[in-house]
Amino acid sequence: MSAKLTIGPILFHWSVDKKLDFYKKIADETDVHTVYLGEVICSKRAVFFDQHYEGVADKLKRAGKKVVYSTLSEVLIKRDRKIIHDFCSMSEDEEIEVNDASGLLHISGQAHRLGPMMNVYNEETLKYLVSKGAYHASLPCELPRQSVEVLAGVAAKIGVSLEMQIFGRIPLALSARCYHARAHKLSKDNCRFVCEQDSDGMLLKTLDNKEFLAINGIQTLSYNFMNLAHELQELEQLGVEYFRLSPHSNDMVTTARVFNQLMKQEITAQEALVQIRDTGIDEPFANGFFHQKAGHQWVINRN
Amino acid sequence: MVTLVKENKPTKIYQRPELICPAGTPASMRTAVEAGADAVYCGFQNATNARNFPGLNFTPDEMQKSITHAHKNGTKVLLAVNTNPPAGKFQLWKDAIDLGAKFAVDAFIVADIGLANYIAINHPNIRLHLSVQAAASTPEALNYYCQQFGVKRVVLPRILTIAEIKDIKQQINCEIETFIFGNHGLMVEGRCSLTNYITGLSTNMDGVCSPANQVNYVQDEQQNLSTQLGDFTIDCFGRNENAGYPTICKGRYHAAPRDEGYYAFEEPLSLNLGNLLPDLMEAGVCALKIEGRQRSRSYVKKVVTSFRTAVDNIMNGNEPDIASLIALTEGHKQTEGAFKSKKWR
Repeated sequence: MSAKLTIGPILFHWSVDKKLDFYKKIADETDVHTVYLGEVICSKRAVFFDQHYEGVADKLKRAGKKVVYSTLSEVLIKRDRKIIHDFCSMSEDEEIEVNDASGLLHISGQAHRLGPMMNVYNEETLKYLVSKGAYHASLPCELPRQSVEVLAGVAAKIGVSLEMQIFGRIPLALSARCYHARAHKLSKDNCRFVCEQDSDGMLLKTLDNKEFLAINGIQTLSYNFMNLAHELQELEQLGVEYFRLSPHSNDMVTTARVFNQLMKQEITAQEALVQIRDTGIDEPFANGFFHQKAGHQWVINRN
Repeated sequence: MVTLVKENKPTKIYQRPELICPAGTPASMRTAVEAGADAVYCGFQNATNARNFPGLNFTPDEMQKSITHAHKNGTKVLLAVNTNPPAGKFQLWKDAIDLGAKFAVDAFIVADIGLANYIAINHPNIRLHLSVQAAASTPEALNYYCQQFGVKRVVLPRILTIAEIKDIKQQINCEIETFIFGNHGLMVEGRCSLTNYITGLSTNMDGVCSPANQVNYVQDEQQNLSTQLGDFTIDCFGRNENAGYPTICKGRYHAAPRDEGYYAFEEPLSLNLGNLLPDLMEAGVCALKIEGRQRSRSYVKKVVTSFRTAVDNIMNGNEPDIASLIALTEGHKQTEGAFKSKKWR
């Protein structure tokens, strides 16, 4: 078993050109194993990029990357439900990552992946879903080390691969309401796609002007950037094999290169942190969840 | 729907809905039973339920005695085991389920797939209710749980309109329970890690939301009061304002499009569907849930009594006394949330 990097779905509403440019670079200039495609936050955004997935997927596959389609994390109205149905009805040659129980209904019995929004918190849930066709699970970001260890032990026994996010803002909550629209005094149905203005989310500060959270449409994310550079080796030893980089507008090519070097132990975690900061990240790094501390915290870990 | 003509006045005939009431303590449970609850919901004193607050919930001994008392009075007891067991600690949740079965609870309320499967296998004769914490909001998601685990009733997320609930009812083969009164959570329940991000305690794994031991009230020289959770200010109040409890999704924050601090998620409102009870019943909702296991006995008594009277009035073809239901919010602003219109989103 050797550790592999993955690129998570783009959570934010980037323009078509920005997305095409991003995936071109990922295909041509990075050594990542898997790339997740698909709109996982808001079905209203989905139409803009629908026609480009096939081309992007071809390009990525030609560059030797595995392509997986991620489904919407919150499914509510008819349009959302149709998207889930269509995704889950794709050819069995395509790999699907399910992020909501609506998808499970369609795909149970067929091979599928479980996304980080699927609430796989324990070995019983993992075993049950694996018995229904799941073969790969991305674990929730808030799982502490002790639980990851137990899950990894069970996953190894039943032949399931595990993945964890190691870089990027942490998905913290979903709502039916669009908070981007609300900030602009609009509603979800009449949102004018104001979320496109914030390529890494809209900053929320506390009333005493402390950076707090980031808004991405119906999603709330951390302000701090998760960075598990110090924990990478330990995660690998526990049995986690895939490490997800969540796309941001910093230099993701360099970010992927640095994490690859770290996995090969060509650089130290401390060197990796410095180099990743230089890709254009001003926000603090956070690793608290893994250490069973508040998620925004940075726990000094000398591994 | 059947329509009867009674004294030349058409009267709608509804299926009688169950009134589901909160029981945070044995005393509250007795109060709710006496006030006319058809069923009460409660949990053990640990992380196995989503209201794991200090001073709340039941020891095994209290649970057994309280269930006996409720059953004697014809009230059902629904056991909330509705958090997600983190790997390595699953036994605590199994113990809660097995104890509940031993005490003859009328249903388990669960969200976790592993736990639903455990109940379906080990206690197939006890009803399974899908918790709001499972965040199942479509016919597909709900049918998944019904088909896989034999779920008999689903508690719907507080994000659906009544038209959507009605539509869902046509497409699923199980009972629907909805919240009608109490706290109005904004985030999709079961999918929120905000408290863990700020405090290190998880809503999903520990059953905790904005834990009191990390709350601080700090007053400045002008007597402005800021409410804090962990290291962060959630809101700030002038000397003449009532300071609310610092819940992250009900705080005021700054964002670039706004000139002043604003409620980025929602104002601190109470949910009150008193006006919409007939519509909910018509949509096919068979159980009406009152939130508030953390509330006092007198609150439980007042709210349960009022809704008992309102539901009975509707069943008898009389107008419910909406004014008394509205008065229940004790001066707090109230909302019909998502139920009335999707403009809320």
